[in-house]
Amino acid sequence: MGISRAGERLGVGATVAELIQAIETADSKGAMVVAVNCLAAAKDVAALPTLITVLGYNNPGAAVAAVEGLVALGHDAVPALLEQIDGYNYGARAWAIRAVALIGDPRALPVLLDTAKGDFALSVRRAAARGLGTIDWALLSAEQAASGQRDVLEVLTAATADLEWVVRYAAVAGLQNVAKALIDSHQKPPILLCLHQVFQHDETAAVQARARMALDALESPP
Amino acid sequence: MGQEPLANAEGESLTVEQAIENLRQTADIGLRYYAAWWLGRFRVAEPEAIEALVDALQDEGDRAPDGGYPLRRNAARALGKLGDRTVIPDLIRCLDCDDYYVREAAAQALESLGDPQAISALRGLLAGGVAAAAAVPDKPHLVQPYNAVLEALGTLGAVDAIEEIIPFLGHEVAQVQNAATRALYQLTGDGTYCDRLVERLQAPNLQLRRSAMMDLGAIGYLPAAGAIAATLAENSLKLIALQGVLESHLGQTGFPQARLTDEARQVLVLMDELL
Repeated sequence: MGISRAGERLGVGATVAELIQAIETADSKGAMVVAVNCLAAAKDVAALPTLITVLGYNNPGAAVAAVEGLVALGHDAVPALLEQIDGYNYGARAWAIRAVALIGDPRALPVLLDTAKGDFALSVRRAAARGLGTIDWALLSAEQAASGQRDVLEVLTAATADLEWVVRYAAVAGLQNVAKALIDSHQKPPILLCLHQVFQHDETAAVQARARMALDALESPP
Repeated sequence: MGQEPLANAEGESLTVEQAIENLRQTADIGLRYYAAWWLGRFRVAEPEAIEALVDALQDEGDRAPDGGYPLRRNAARALGKLGDRTVIPDLIRCLDCDDYYVREAAAQALESLGDPQAISALRGLLAGGVAAAAAVPDKPHLVQPYNAVLEALGTLGAVDAIEEIIPFLGHEVAQVQNAATRALYQLTGDGTYCDRLVERLQAPNLQLRRSAMMDLGAIGYLPAAGAIAATLAENSLKLIALQGVLESHLGQTGFPQARLTDEARQVLVLMDELL
C-alpha cells in the first residue's frame, strides 16, 4: 500500500526536499495525507510553497494537514497565503483563509474583513469571523490597532445578523475575543449591547447560549 | 415580510410575492422548483405559500428521468419547515407516492411537524419488517425510506411501535441500524442505545461516522459531545451535531431563563474550536 511505503520512506531524518518529493509522487489520497503531515511536521519555511500548493488539490485530509503546517510556520507563512487568497482557485482560497485566521497576523485584517462581510460560503465567513477575533493586536501601533478594532467591530456586529446560525455564532465568539483586547474602552458598551440583543432575540438557541457565555465572561468583575 | 428581497448565500434574491407566483405558474419548471425550496428556506408560512406548496404535492409537470417528481419532493421538504400542521393529511398521502424520494421527504417533513397523528401511516411503511426491507434492484435505495420512517417514529414518540423497530437494529445497512438505535433511545430513554452510536464514531467509513454523528446530534445525547468533536469528519457537520446536543440540553435546563450549566459551557468551548 502507498501509505505504509510513504511512511517508511519518510522516516526521521528525511530532508525537506525528500519530503516534498514524496508529496509529488504520492500515489493515493491516503499516501498524500501522510506525506503532507510529514512535511508539515518539519516546520521549515522551505516547505511553504508546497504546503500552499496542496491547499488546491481538492483533498480535504491533505488540506487539513497543510493548514496545520502553515499555522505552525506562523507569521512567515502570511505573505504567501495572502497572495494565494487573491488567486482564482476557490477551494484553495477557503483553506488559505482558514490558515490566516488561525495565525492571527494583522496583515490579514483587510482580507478577513472582506471575507467575513461578503464571502458566499458560510464555512469561510465563519472562519473569517473567528479570525477577526484572534488578531494579534500587539503587533500594531496603538493607533493602528484602535482603528483596526473599529473596523472589526463593525463587521462582526453586522455578522451577528447573518442568515446562517454558525456565522452568527462565530461573530459572537469573535466579539468576545476582541472585547478582551480592546485598545479603546469606549468600544466595550456597544459590544455588550450587541451581545445582549443576540442573547435576547437570536432565533437559534446555540447562538443565544454563546452570547450568554460571552456576557458572563465580559460582565463579571475582573 | 413585505417587499424586502431575501437573498440566499449565493446572492440570488426573491420577494415572497415573486416566490409564490413562481411556484403557482407552470411554464417554467426550474422557477417552480427553486421557489418551493426558497419558501422553505426562508420559512415563509403565509397561507398563500402553504396553499401553493400543497398544490405542488400533486404536480405532474416536473418529472425526473427516473420517473420521480422533483417538485413534489421540494414541496414536501418545504412544508416540513413551515410548521403548519394542517398539511399533515396531504403529507400522509405522499407516503403512498410511487417516488421513493417523495416518500422520504414526506416522512422527514412529518417528523419535523411533530404531530403523532402521522404515526400509523408511518408504521405502515414498516410492513413486512426487516425481511421486506430489501434494496430495490438497480437503485441506490431500499424499498422504503426506512431511515426517515424510523427516525420519525422515534421523534413522534411512537412507543407502540417499539416491537416493530427492534428488529431493524439487525438490518444489514448500517445507517438503518443507526436510525433504529436512535429511535429506540428516544422511545425508551435507554442510554446503552446511544453508546452504540458513539462507537460508530470510530468506524473506518466516513459516511458511517457522519451518520452516527448526525444521529447523536438529532437526539441531543450530551455525553457524546467530546466524541463528536474528536471524530474524523468535517467541522461543519460536527458543529451541526454539537448544536443539536447543546440545544437539547438547553431545552432541558430551562435556558434562557436559567443560567448556562457547566455542561453547556463545555459544549460551547468544543464548538469554538471548530469554527
